[in-house]
Amino acid sequence: MKRKNISVFDVFVYGILTLCFLVMLFPLMYVVAGSLASAKELAQNTFLIIPKNPTLDVYKYILSTKTFPRSMIVTTLVTIAGTLVNLVMTCLTAYPLARRNLPGRKWLMLAVTFTLVFSGGLIPTYLVVNSMGLIDKYAALIIPGAISSFNLVLVKNFFQEIPESLIEAAKIDGGSEINTLTKIILPLSKPALATFTMFYAVGHWNQFLQPLLYLNNSKKWTVQILLRQIVMLSSTSGDDDGMMPGFILPMMSLKLAVVVVSSLPIIMAYPFMQKYFDKGVMAGSIKG
Amino acid sequence: MSQEIAKKTKMERKALRDKTKRAVIRNRWLYIMLLPGVIYYLIFKFGPMIGLIAAFKDYQPFLGFFRSPWVGFKHFERLFTSGSFLRLLQNTLVISFLNLLFFFPVPIIIALLLNEVKVNWFKRMVQSFIYIPHFFSWVVVVGISYALFTTEGGVVNNFLTSIFHIKPIDFMGSEAWLRPMVILQNIWKESGWGTIIFLAALAGVDIEMYEAARMDGAGRLKQIWYITLPAIRATVITMLILRLGHVLEAGFDQLFLMQNATNREVSQIIDTYVYQMGMKNGQLSFATAVGLFKSIVGLVLVLSADRLAKKMGEEGIL
Repeated sequence: MKRKNISVFDVFVYGILTLCFLVMLFPLMYVVAGSLASAKELAQNTFLIIPKNPTLDVYKYILSTKTFPRSMIVTTLVTIAGTLVNLVMTCLTAYPLARRNLPGRKWLMLAVTFTLVFSGGLIPTYLVVNSMGLIDKYAALIIPGAISSFNLVLVKNFFQEIPESLIEAAKIDGGSEINTLTKIILPLSKPALATFTMFYAVGHWNQFLQPLLYLNNSKKWTVQILLRQIVMLSSTSGDDDGMMPGFILPMMSLKLAVVVVSSLPIIMAYPFMQKYFDKGVMAGSIKG
Repeated sequence: MSQEIAKKTKMERKALRDKTKRAVIRNRWLYIMLLPGVIYYLIFKFGPMIGLIAAFKDYQPFLGFFRSPWVGFKHFERLFTSGSFLRLLQNTLVISFLNLLFFFPVPIIIALLLNEVKVNWFKRMVQSFIYIPHFFSWVVVVGISYALFTTEGGVVNNFLTSIFHIKPIDFMGSEAWLRPMVILQNIWKESGWGTIIFLAALAGVDIEMYEAARMDGAGRLKQIWYITLPAIRATVITMLILRLGHVLEAGFDQLFLMQNATNREVSQIIDTYVYQMGMKNGQLSFATAVGLFKSIVGLVLVLSADRLAKKMGEEGIL
């Protein structure tokens, strides 16, 4: 009797989780399948998971256009440069703030914490970026968000966990502060840094509001903005070298293929990111 | 006597000042390292706060920030007396509270279920897959929704029409379906990722407690009720309070992307309204005022949430 009870419970647990898993997976499978299918097949087949006559036509088409590959390259470069700036700025600022006996540290931390709960908001930030002459420059996607206060506090807390005696020892050996940071603190913080690299990089790749605000010139569009243009507004591009003319490829497949290609870097990086998911830093970072 | 004390404290103060001075000199390299960060914060974090003054001016780009005329609370009066204000506030809060009601429990339930799984490979597989959607952008998630739910051959409508023989439902364009779709997208994108924090709390539970409970004849449901749930109680409360502090953030990216001409009546939230008024209609001062209203109410909410959390014996946010 008791055993039967347990198995009902288990069926329930595994059943619900399998359902969650499928609900999560189905849209992704459908998107990939749809991007490979012909228009006719897409319209007729309800639950399309494996297309009968898969074709890479839309992918070939996308890659042959000027707009889409350009936006992918631009976004990749912005992501790399932006993440580097993020890491350098965050570590450089977090290290002095992690030193307990630094005069003025309390006030600086108070200022940082204040930016966590209050901000000037969208329009004043736009006005500042505009007055710095950053409109239509890729720097606008990098510099205004150089430090996330939230990550700064977490990195600072992580640095603080490292025993001060290590820093003292390095100083006695005649190491400069910058040497202590790069030779002692950073190597000890590798797992944490990997996590923040991941957050910053994904943030840059998925960034939507900033390019929407700061890039008016459609030739400079990042992949997310172009994606919105193609998928939601059903226009292929804002400028003259767009994708449309004489187009006979299925529009739906095209949209899905664009979704797939633009998510590919995330999917490819995912197995590497997974390693860091269950680390302590993560728990703190979800709260935000 | 009192003079002596005054003298003493004066000397003490001087000694302290000298000490601080020496500490500052000794740490000069640390301050130099801080310099780029400080400049960044002054320009891009505190600069916009000064820019909030524009909410009390009639900002004219050609006059510049400082020469634009002061208008006092004109923009706020306009905001509070306009009919759209209540609608905005309502739209924002309804989406936030629907998320609280329908989205918030999902990660908790999934975490509880995952905690009951003893087959390791199954647990790992489910976990590593349900985290994925969190890393997609809102453009991708809304794009996938369009593909699935469109009236023009979307899989959901195809299914519904072939089974129930009903007319296609305009999931992505109608007012009635905006909120359910927004909540659904949120559940799909974030509930897997949201389990991490609850699983972390559950990892701290001593396994011996379950064994002891089993010896006492407690079934699985009783074990969940008396051991597992109390273990994540603190985390649940903290997360709930955190969400309450952010009820004015209904999510710019998602709502902006879901918005279209037919559903604006329910999809316009404070953030998207600020964007539309400021960037599209060019009413920079008015939009700044709307943003300032949101920032101030948000600040009060977050601080109260923090205080509430601390009062309940939890960690708090700050």
